[in-house]
Amino acid sequence: MKFTLSWLRAHLATDAGPAAIGAALTRVGHEVEAIVDRGAALKDFVVARVVEAGPHPNADKLKVCVVDAGGGRHAQVVCGAPNARAGLIGVFAPPGSLIPGSGVVLKTAAVRGVESAGMLLSEREMGLSDEHTGIVELAADTTVGAPAAAALGLDDPLFDIAVTPDRGDCLGVRGIARDLAAAGLGTLKPLDTTPVAGRFVSPIGVHLEFEAETASACPYFVGRLIRGLRNGPSPKWLADRLTAIGLRPISALVDITNFLTYDLCRPLHVFDAAKVRGGLHVRLARCGERLAALNGKTYDLTPAMTVIADDADVEALGGVIGGERTGCTAETTEVFLESALFDPVRTALTGRSLGILSDARFRFERGIDAAFLIPGMDIATRLILELCGGEPSITVIAGDEPRRRPAIIFRPARVRSLTGMSVPEPAQAKILADLGFAGTMTGERWSVDIPTWRNDVEGEACLVEEVARIHGYDHIPAVSLSRAETLPKPVLTAAQRARGRARRRLAERGLVECVTYSFLPSPLAALFGGGQPSVRLVNPISADLDQMRPSLLPNLIAAAARNADRGLRDGALFEVGPEYAGIEPGEQRTVAAAIRFGRTGPRHWAAPPRAVDAFDAKADAFDLLASLGVATRRLETVAEAPGWYHPGRSATLRLGPKVTLARFGEVHPRVLKAQGLRGPVVACEVFLDSIPARRPTKGAPQLSPFQSVERDFAFVLDAGVPAEALVRAARAADEALIADVRVFDQFAGGALGEGRKSLAISVTLQPAAATMTDGEIEAISQRIIANVAAATGGQLRA
Amino acid sequence: MESIDAVRADLLALIEDAESLDAVEQLRIEELGKKGRITGLMRGLASLPAEERRAQGAALNVLKDEIVAALDRRRTRLEDEALDRRLVTERVDITLPPRPESAGFIHPISQTIDEVVAIFGEMGFAVAEGPDIEDDWHNFTALNIPPEHPARQEMDTFYLPGERDGHRVVLRTHTSPVQIRTMVASPPPLRIIAPGRTYRCDSDATHSPMFHQVEGLIVDEATHMGHLKGCLIDFLRAYFAVDELPVRFRPSYFPFTEPSAEVDIGCTRSAGKLEIGHGSDWLEILGCGMVNPKVLAACGIDAGRYQGFAFGMGLERITMLKYGIPDLRTFFESDLRWLRHYGFAALAIPSLVRGE
Repeated sequence: MKFTLSWLRAHLATDAGPAAIGAALTRVGHEVEAIVDRGAALKDFVVARVVEAGPHPNADKLKVCVVDAGGGRHAQVVCGAPNARAGLIGVFAPPGSLIPGSGVVLKTAAVRGVESAGMLLSEREMGLSDEHTGIVELAADTTVGAPAAAALGLDDPLFDIAVTPDRGDCLGVRGIARDLAAAGLGTLKPLDTTPVAGRFVSPIGVHLEFEAETASACPYFVGRLIRGLRNGPSPKWLADRLTAIGLRPISALVDITNFLTYDLCRPLHVFDAAKVRGGLHVRLARCGERLAALNGKTYDLTPAMTVIADDADVEALGGVIGGERTGCTAETTEVFLESALFDPVRTALTGRSLGILSDARFRFERGIDAAFLIPGMDIATRLILELCGGEPSITVIAGDEPRRRPAIIFRPARVRSLTGMSVPEPAQAKILADLGFAGTMTGERWSVDIPTWRNDVEGEACLVEEVARIHGYDHIPAVSLSRAETLPKPVLTAAQRARGRARRRLAERGLVECVTYSFLPSPLAALFGGGQPSVRLVNPISADLDQMRPSLLPNLIAAAARNADRGLRDGALFEVGPEYAGIEPGEQRTVAAAIRFGRTGPRHWAAPPRAVDAFDAKADAFDLLASLGVATRRLETVAEAPGWYHPGRSATLRLGPKVTLARFGEVHPRVLKAQGLRGPVVACEVFLDSIPARRPTKGAPQLSPFQSVERDFAFVLDAGVPAEALVRAARAADEALIADVRVFDQFAGGALGEGRKSLAISVTLQPAAATMTDGEIEAISQRIIANVAAATGGQLRA
Repeated sequence: MESIDAVRADLLALIEDAESLDAVEQLRIEELGKKGRITGLMRGLASLPAEERRAQGAALNVLKDEIVAALDRRRTRLEDEALDRRLVTERVDITLPPRPESAGFIHPISQTIDEVVAIFGEMGFAVAEGPDIEDDWHNFTALNIPPEHPARQEMDTFYLPGERDGHRVVLRTHTSPVQIRTMVASPPPLRIIAPGRTYRCDSDATHSPMFHQVEGLIVDEATHMGHLKGCLIDFLRAYFAVDELPVRFRPSYFPFTEPSAEVDIGCTRSAGKLEIGHGSDWLEILGCGMVNPKVLAACGIDAGRYQGFAFGMGLERITMLKYGIPDLRTFFESDLRWLRHYGFAALAIPSLVRGE
């Protein structure tokens, strides 16, 4: 919302300057976006008259002008503007002034051999517009020597404020003035709402044609015919006000309606009455109806939209935009003035579905003053009569003002209990009265009537806010929170802690955390088991961000590909975040996913890097699970994983047959190709929500004083026997005595023959009660060998 | 028979001339062994008169000790020289780089969430959560944003097909639905914060379709706007680590709070640089207010008895301000160079008591 200082002062008697007004606006809740002193850049420029304009001796297109800058100052100026001529009143820039359009400081200089001491300015040179076809021409009666800013109507500071969506009443200058008056910035000037007497009965009648259930679309419509008028350009004061806030003056009739929109938040419409056929019918549009609107576009209407039609056709879209055919022109001599009340929701929906954001719609959808239809029309009538002449009809009224809302019960003590701020009751009553609230404001429970323009006020809390914002939020005391307990309680649940720990652990392992979008292209999602329509966005920001991610991996792999494209071909990334299997809250789960791509590190003189492999991902998965309290010894590595993994180099980690805790492996080459990476990429996905709760207590550690014994065994097995089966079989020989079983060698082929392999394990025996004898060691060794043979068919290698 | 002195001089010279450990050992065997000269002299003692024999014997023992010590000295010296020579050959170019290790990093947003949780945790808030995929009852209606409300339209909501419990499915546009879920699930008193992902259908230099917010909510019988002010001032001063950071509360509008406020912090803008702290300018940082009684009622809470405050804050924004990150979009590009530059070490865990 924009307005100038002089415009504000038309409603507010105040001595306050722009800075004080700006501060007060912010204080009461109207955020100041800018206060523009439009004249500041023009301070050196004066109004000047061209006394004579003669030819330049050395240039056909230039003229040598003598300029009278007032106060007896004359200057010779070389000017190239085609409109430079004797008698013209323009804007003169003396030497030493800064030209805003070019940023150049003007100097006296010879132009093609003729001295030029100053410049006559175009609008572009003053930074006012792009207009540069000639120098500015001011009215003939402008005082020579006067400051140019004032002569151009630019000495009036412009305010631009953000009005919150609840405060429709402040989309008119008067509403802002009322808030400022309540805040102590001055006095609200009275508004002349004297009715204008009609002299005849309007030949155009108005009919509200709605069913009971749609009557709220337009419950109240006021109008009047004015005949015998002359439409011409607006006077300077009106044109200046509109220009200042960025509106283009069109004609007096149109400008008056725009002026009332911004001045009093009273959108109006004028129909060229001569073009109206019969009466006006306010109703819902019919299927197939169209409107050629004032903006030059034609709209297809639906039965959800409120229209104003004459006997023949639709002529306007209620509360949104007028029609081209009945629009006012320079030839218009009689108008029908409309001042109506349109339903906020319907107006908003209509405007949105047609893509029309008009000043009228903007106000109707925020709610206007339902009691101001007749006063608004009378004010507009007076202006029309004043500027265009003519004769007004008796007011046409259709419908009625909707019932006013009941008074709000307000306890002044609530100001203190809700804001912590003490405002004396008389001060509260004054604030409410200044804002237009009325009613009984005594005792513990006040009965407060809501002003008709305050559609936002709904209850006691709203009144508390009114008192608080006008009294000033600065007076609210800052009270630090006290905790019920001396020490803070744990802030995070176990699951939340696990996420934080996973992040920190993976970073400790040298992986770099990413935060990637929750969405991705649906074809990519399909490669990761996703892509179902239920989690595809209806209105994605772009086609490649249309699907909720079924896994964290595709976005991480895409990140790896982008980094590789930039030359960072080796790296390790992770993300801890959500993936989505469906729209239900339970179908979102939190996953820690990590990828490693390229080689294990840079080339090095002592430690040559190698390509990352599935065991790097396995290490990440195991380490992460261990750090989250999972007994990794109990994990089962099942050589199965979804299709985005290499079928022979991936696995699922399970705790028993039902609980899947993680997956890891090499990413399938086909997936990498689709994502533009040459590979290799290895990945793990750890399902944090599936990890069983950690037990706070641990069993006592076995810290035996007796020496442990290590024994190595090499077994020959079928190539298909998993190493983990061998380890389990060996360990099962004596869970208590065997502290550790490690695979330290693998060998295949050669003398073993096709389909056979050899695995060597190192078994650590840790006795608890006494040092082991040779006999005991031999016995357990035999049990290990027997167990392995039974479970895997493996034989001790000769 | 050689004199003792002559033997000593000769032996000491021989030892001094020995150029290797082997030569020293050879000397020891030869000269201190049975055929050695000292042994020879010892044997000759028997032929001497008793008095002379005693004196001569003592002198020979002294000589023997002297020779043993000289041999040891020589051996040690040769060993030291050999070690020094070996160490010279073992020299490496110690300026070579060590074996590479890769450093991991925590994303700035995660770090900020941890910081925010640490600070509000000290004030007794617990972390609450809700799903990213919401329904429009939790995201809008219960928050006093009816379907036609301009605020609902201006939120740039992402929609999903289908319905959940008869409501349209959306990606949450703010973390405020977590307020609703918390109030529906638990009776007051409540004191929670809810950091998380949020989504809006908007993308340009200053908007990302996904971003993060933190929501705060207190509901009890006594918490008023003064507490809101105190809580947020305390938070902002702790987070930005600026004592006496100027904080301003301005009246504003949110459908779910009444009264509502926007909060600004002091800053200086000069030459395109923004500095948080004491200055002539203000920077908007968050929105807040007292929970609208209609929101309490929508969650089944007695609005006549309970009241409280709520706030919502963009996490990327406060991260950018605190750490001088110029561009929002870079948060989600996963550029390793950026992540290593702005990321945090694994062990840099925010904690008020540790001052991190």
